[in-house]
Amino acid sequence: MNAEPNADERLDRAFQALADPVRRRIIARLSRGPATVNDLAEPFEITKQAVSKHIQVLEHAGLVTRTRDAQRRPVHLDPAALEALTSWIDRYRLVHEQRYRTLDALLGTATDSDQEQER
Amino acid sequence: MTNPVTIEAPEGVPFIFFTREFDAPVEAVFRAHAEPELVRQWLGPNGYEMRIDEWDFTTHGGYRYTHREPEGAEWGFHGTFHTVRENEFAVQTFEFEGAPDLVAIETMRFEDLGDGRTRLVGHSTYPSVEARDAMVASGMDRGLSEGYERLDGLVAVAA
Repeated sequence: MNAEPNADERLDRAFQALADPVRRRIIARLSRGPATVNDLAEPFEITKQAVSKHIQVLEHAGLVTRTRDAQRRPVHLDPAALEALTSWIDRYRLVHEQRYRTLDALLGTATDSDQEQER
Repeated sequence: MTNPVTIEAPEGVPFIFFTREFDAPVEAVFRAHAEPELVRQWLGPNGYEMRIDEWDFTTHGGYRYTHREPEGAEWGFHGTFHTVRENEFAVQTFEFEGAPDLVAIETMRFEDLGDGRTRLVGHSTYPSVEARDAMVASGMDRGLSEGYERLDGLVAVAA
């Protein structure tokens, strides 16, 4: 049994899910907090069924989850999944960021010892 | 104190631009580039050991260093310092020995922002867009441009 998608497949699904403008707007809305299908359908001129379908795609991509809350089934954004996407895109920058943070630390200690020498 | 690094690798041109500010005086930032013992402490990627064979950060100087992975693999880099002006400017060549003869030209400006702050502005030129993209994408299994396009969409929507 190997139903768990690997990292590559997860990225594929997530990027495919975000290739649609309606789904990106749903993600943007959910970034401000959980919402029901009714809430999410409101700004769109499409049926609730169509919005439900979009939510299913986002759910399949691992970007959102739905909880059972009595009759309401609010949709939640999974921030970790979104972060995994942006950090994949951002890897080159993060390498440099890490390097320069090390330099920051080094400059911090160098400056401190300079000041001590001046005293 | 962390300042963000911005890196641009625009579509269709073989350039990389980057900017990073430091909460340290320009002399300190320059010295961290000039003195091999300091360079060794920050230039290597995390978890790699950096060994410097040569580091002469002066006009007509040169360098060679290797990054050693924890698993033991070594990656060599070398180049020459074409022009170095203290606390101000440096232009150098950069060659990854795993991709010989693909030489980039890199400039760095050390800008004194006053109040003990410095801005480092860099620009790298590669022999081709492909060589530039291979550099940016090293360690990734796909090109960045596709990802950036999608990120643009994400950012636009979140704005």
